[in-house]
Amino acid sequence: MPKRTDLHTILLIGSGPIVIGQACEFDYSGTQACKALKEEGYRVVLLNSNPATIMTDPGLVDATYIEPIIPHAVEQIIIQERPDALLPTMGGQTALNMAMWLAENGILEKHGVQFIGATPEAICKAEGRNEFREAMQSIGLAMPTSTVVSAVEDALAFAKTTPYPLIVRPSFTLGGSGGGIAYTPEQLHNIVSGGLTVSPTSEVLVEQSILGWKEYELEVMRDRKDNVVIICSIENLDPMGIHTGDSITVAPAQTLSDREYQVMRDMALAIMREIGVDTGGSNVQFAVHPETGEVMVIEMNPRVSRSSALASKATGFPIAKIAAKLAVGYTLDEIPNDITHKTPACFEPSIDYVVTKIPRFTFEKFSTTPDLLGTQMQSVGEVMAIGRTFRESFQKALRSMETGTCGLDEPDYTKHSGEPDAVLEKLLQYPSSQRVWFVADALRRGWSEERVQQLSHIDPWFLAQIRSLVTAERNIRKTGRSDMTPVMLRNWKRLGFSDERLAFLLEVTVSQVSKLRREWNVLPVYKLVDTCAAEFPSETPYFYSTYEEENESLPTDAPKVLILGSGPNRIGQGIEFDYCCVHAAFAIRELGYEAIMLNCNPETVSTDYDTSDRLYFEPITFEDVMHIVELERPLGVIVQLGGQTPLKLAKALDEAGVRLLGTPFGSIDRAEDREQFAELLRKLDLKQPRNGMARSLNEAVQIGNEIGYPLLLRPSYVLGGRAMMTTHSEEQLKEFFAEALSVAPEHPVLIDEFLVGAVEVDVDFLGDGERAELGGIMEHIEAAGVHSGDSACVLPPHQLSPESLRTLEEQGRALALELKVCGLMNVQFAIKEGEVYIIEVNPRASRTVPFVSKASGQPLAKYATRLMLGATLEGLGYRYTVPDDYSVKETVFPFARFAGADAELGPEMKSTGEVMGRGESFEEAYMKAQAAIYSTKLSDSRSVFIGVRDVDKAQMVPVAQQLVRQGYRIIATKGTANVLEQSGITDIQCVRMQPGHPDSLHDFLHRGEVALLINTTRSRKRKMDATHIRRLVLHYNLPYCTTVEGAQHYVQSFAKFGTPDRFRYASLPMPEAS
Amino acid sequence: MTDGLLVLSNGLYFRGHLLGAPMEATGEVIFNTSLTGYQEILSDPSYAGQIVTMTCPQIGNYGVNPEDMESGTIHAAALVIRELSLVASNWRSTQTLDDWLTEQRIPILEGVDTRALVRTLRETGECSGLIVPVDSQHTLDMLREEALALPLMVGQNLARRVSTRELYAWPTEGEVRFRIVAYDFGIKHNILRLMAQQGMHVTVVPWNTPASEVLEMQPDGVFLSNGPGDPAVVTEAVEAVSQLLGQVPIFGICLGHQIFSLALGCQTYKLKCGHHGGNHPVMDYATEKIEITSHNHGFAVEETSLPNDVRVTHRNLNDQTVEGLESLTHPAYSVQYHPEAAPGPHDAQYLFNRFVTLMQAQGRA
Repeated sequence: MPKRTDLHTILLIGSGPIVIGQACEFDYSGTQACKALKEEGYRVVLLNSNPATIMTDPGLVDATYIEPIIPHAVEQIIIQERPDALLPTMGGQTALNMAMWLAENGILEKHGVQFIGATPEAICKAEGRNEFREAMQSIGLAMPTSTVVSAVEDALAFAKTTPYPLIVRPSFTLGGSGGGIAYTPEQLHNIVSGGLTVSPTSEVLVEQSILGWKEYELEVMRDRKDNVVIICSIENLDPMGIHTGDSITVAPAQTLSDREYQVMRDMALAIMREIGVDTGGSNVQFAVHPETGEVMVIEMNPRVSRSSALASKATGFPIAKIAAKLAVGYTLDEIPNDITHKTPACFEPSIDYVVTKIPRFTFEKFSTTPDLLGTQMQSVGEVMAIGRTFRESFQKALRSMETGTCGLDEPDYTKHSGEPDAVLEKLLQYPSSQRVWFVADALRRGWSEERVQQLSHIDPWFLAQIRSLVTAERNIRKTGRSDMTPVMLRNWKRLGFSDERLAFLLEVTVSQVSKLRREWNVLPVYKLVDTCAAEFPSETPYFYSTYEEENESLPTDAPKVLILGSGPNRIGQGIEFDYCCVHAAFAIRELGYEAIMLNCNPETVSTDYDTSDRLYFEPITFEDVMHIVELERPLGVIVQLGGQTPLKLAKALDEAGVRLLGTPFGSIDRAEDREQFAELLRKLDLKQPRNGMARSLNEAVQIGNEIGYPLLLRPSYVLGGRAMMTTHSEEQLKEFFAEALSVAPEHPVLIDEFLVGAVEVDVDFLGDGERAELGGIMEHIEAAGVHSGDSACVLPPHQLSPESLRTLEEQGRALALELKVCGLMNVQFAIKEGEVYIIEVNPRASRTVPFVSKASGQPLAKYATRLMLGATLEGLGYRYTVPDDYSVKETVFPFARFAGADAELGPEMKSTGEVMGRGESFEEAYMKAQAAIYSTKLSDSRSVFIGVRDVDKAQMVPVAQQLVRQGYRIIATKGTANVLEQSGITDIQCVRMQPGHPDSLHDFLHRGEVALLINTTRSRKRKMDATHIRRLVLHYNLPYCTTVEGAQHYVQSFAKFGTPDRFRYASLPMPEAS
Repeated sequence: MTDGLLVLSNGLYFRGHLLGAPMEATGEVIFNTSLTGYQEILSDPSYAGQIVTMTCPQIGNYGVNPEDMESGTIHAAALVIRELSLVASNWRSTQTLDDWLTEQRIPILEGVDTRALVRTLRETGECSGLIVPVDSQHTLDMLREEALALPLMVGQNLARRVSTRELYAWPTEGEVRFRIVAYDFGIKHNILRLMAQQGMHVTVVPWNTPASEVLEMQPDGVFLSNGPGDPAVVTEAVEAVSQLLGQVPIFGICLGHQIFSLALGCQTYKLKCGHHGGNHPVMDYATEKIEITSHNHGFAVEETSLPNDVRVTHRNLNDQTVEGLESLTHPAYSVQYHPEAAPGPHDAQYLFNRFVTLMQAQGRA
């Protein structure tokens, strides 16, 4: 069946901001889908609120809307663009939910828009808990039994028919709080009654436990002729009980025989048919009992997903691209295999390597949350590695993590008190982000695999692999440098040992290992990812390294540039840097060079083999980069676009004689090194907040007294403000100091004057070494003290004076010229009482680049790449222009995922993603950004809660008055209410923080009466209250302001754009043809 | 660990070390792209005389068990892999792969750059090879000469070697609906299991059983099994099938399909690189649906040789080879690939139902 000709325009909805569980894999999928639909000649309209995406690059589709994904916006866009169809399966749960809402409310029918990719009925059947269960029953497949109860008796009755242990999960609580595992009726009684109390709906789910079962996933595709293929099987190293997004996963499945695998395959096919996913990809999860082989269905997603992105990277089969083509009517046999070009896409990839994915966590940023993995996903990113064997791929993945580990390093027991064996036992039983290192250590300490398996439920096959690595490590130590032979070294490299780990075990330096390997010719070869295990020739240059005989990567003679990617997503370094790297690849190709990409993050567009000319899916370590440099001999390497990951390697690469393109390495050091930086500012006669550096507590106290409180403290060389904080007293300073020293003993603590009430401004510059031009100016909405990555900001600035703007530009230019910036530079300024301070200078791309590019319509990362390759600003014809529209960036946070985490903002970055709102006025842009995060909540409720600290109370009066004028009722804490009443505001409802009271805030929230919360409490005494409020806010996902400035802006904007029906939506201007 | 070599008749060689039974082996070197199913593959008689390279790098992970045998023993000559599993981990496993091969006196060449080997075979075609321990007595040149002297697969009647010598019965599970005579050219147990599930009582007969003897048994249908070697030289069977045509419904698989086609007057030829794997897309022209199928064949039917009354029913979408035939004159059809799977997807199992339908249409039930 050829493609449908009755469709002309197709609307695609993206996944919105990056949050835990929904990250940039949807940009990868969405971009593929957009390109595939364009290729087929359709007119494509895209809606996504996330500016840091490749899919929203103007020109990729016919009309790009960076607007909130809310019903009003979608309907207006439908009216404006008249799409014939909506493809809802590319934007994660966000797009699916929105599409379902539109369908249920008749919006699609009203405007004659069809669903393609999946029908509402299929989505409903797959997503609805009961509908899915019934569907599985009807085809004879088992699921863990469960029931929702609102009384302890019902739970006990359920337990009579379902064997213990039982899992109890209260409905709608954060981080699974109030739940647990019951092994006995007594425990069940206790947990359920506790759970019923904390559940806002007084309901808990009681479910049969399948903890410890083996977990599998199949990626399935089906076309409208009912052809079904499995793209990839994935086996989790971690057992059931750990969310699959938090699990270490391996492809293909390793411990299923063909008979068992085919049974699972049959089930997946039956599920696809029963659910009725008729065009596209889905994933199905299974649990398998390790001793009986009993299989249960866990869930299915009728759309592309995180795991489909992983499966695409793992096999070379572009699921989203093919799914988009199936959605418009093609069948699998009509689409060629993207890699071989000669065989059809209707087949099941066979892979001749092993893929390991390891998630990356950020528990260190949420100190009140225990590092404990469970059924709720908490990881913020992931790495993938490819090796010919599990051991090789696993160890490559470990060193890709960038968490300071270079293999199965000996874990740190200092955080755990108690005798090591007892500690280990607990750590194996209650898995944390560190579990594999403890598993290895248990085996290292001579524990039997049986004992480790009983505690961890990790399959013996994986334990045997880890055991053999531990044994190899012992042999390496025993052998030592002097007895080592080339054959041994080669064998160890074949097991995936990094040079760094080998150096540690052999007690030599890394460069000695690296040198010896070159002397002995122990070097990797590169193999192709080709979907077919080499059965057919293939053209697509997608490589991984291994230690074998034949090298398949044969470099061309063309001049080429190597781009180092940004590694796993984490808080502080996310999709924004991948965006820059992708643009670099585009620019390099446009200039006629070959673009070579190196990255290890499977979620990204950069690791789409379509992005660059050659893709190396490898760890980003010095060792791995040098191998590629030596093989490919690029004319230069780009390190300034991938964030800290490549930047950390800059020094070593520079020393190894590798040409770094753009800004000279020395400038990076000058900006990062505190003393050199102070010297630089002195030379240019620029100001920075008063500061000092302390190596001891006494020094810190002394500096504190000199500068005066509050102070900003941070360890040197940090990313995303890690362990950064403000202190308001000597007492706090002492506390922090103890903690900071444990963070990085070799680095001193930096102490800065905290500019209370200052306005922060982020400014991006482009430089060609001789000249520098403004890229964009972003005025922060929160006052100084909130990490720049967490602050909302507006471009162009709406409150800065022309003098200030001129000063920023002049100072930034001076810095760029002095640092010989060639490429991008970001400067953070603070303006207080007309005085301009330099907070930080980064002579590299910062996370602001995508936002500025979208807001200004200027592809900064592309320009930067051209500059790095020798173009001049003049040659580019680049001129900074102030856009007519306002664009506001607002951030989203993962607090709700972390049990007990406080949602307070501070100098340590905690956000995972961003949205952009555009409008003709600041207020519209700001409110759109809010709407993009809080979706439909804006206008539903009629009360606003205010509870602020004393110093802020007076400033709340006009805010409250404004709200009252708009017809909102104020509810407030007693202290705040008093102040507001004194200024003439009446009808204030006093509320209490403690739940259970008739007038507790909890009840107001529960009844859905609160539209907005303003809460700035910081003092220690009030902190418990504040924390409690913020937890509630997270719980109900309401807009909340934790700063006075935030509240002022919110209310001011709210007055004009309190309901979305005042929003106007416009697509981004198309880029001028270059 | 003994170092071992795989030396190909084209002169290339690959290093590894010998596991399993550390002995020499010779055969046609082929590769299989299935990710699972090594036990079924090794015990499938169609692999007789072949050195099997698995492209999946980790082999032996789930051990072996009595249920997954496709015949009584191992038929492949040797196994070439990247890595043998350290342990066997599966609730059905009763033995490690290593132990099983040691016991059955089959060598494993492990640690091989199997991908490089596959690329070689893909480019130069499947060829003969030998596996030997590395020792000082044999120079590489001597081994190359030895490899070059190995017999080619073309012209070998291997069905004779693997077929049963005596006829035997494979009883149905439950009520007998059909009586089948199955020619054993190297029959896989899963074919028998599936036929038994369909109510067929199967009498398995030696490869060279004359048509008259079969007809004396008055079967409702005749099945032509899979098997190894060159179909063109299994002349007694071709002769028998041509006599059976029109007398009784016939269903053939793999070598059985090739013998059937020869009996119809078609020709067969050796593929440069055979199909061995579990992911081959095949179009069924009757339904225009695609099935993902299990393949294992080094020979194929020459499409240009088809008589007018023979129709192509199935085709491989990768290389367009003929994968299924039916006679327009006689109640008979066959497929080149393996609807019985084991290992592989179950998509094509409907072909056994078609056998039932065919026999019913002939008034046999």
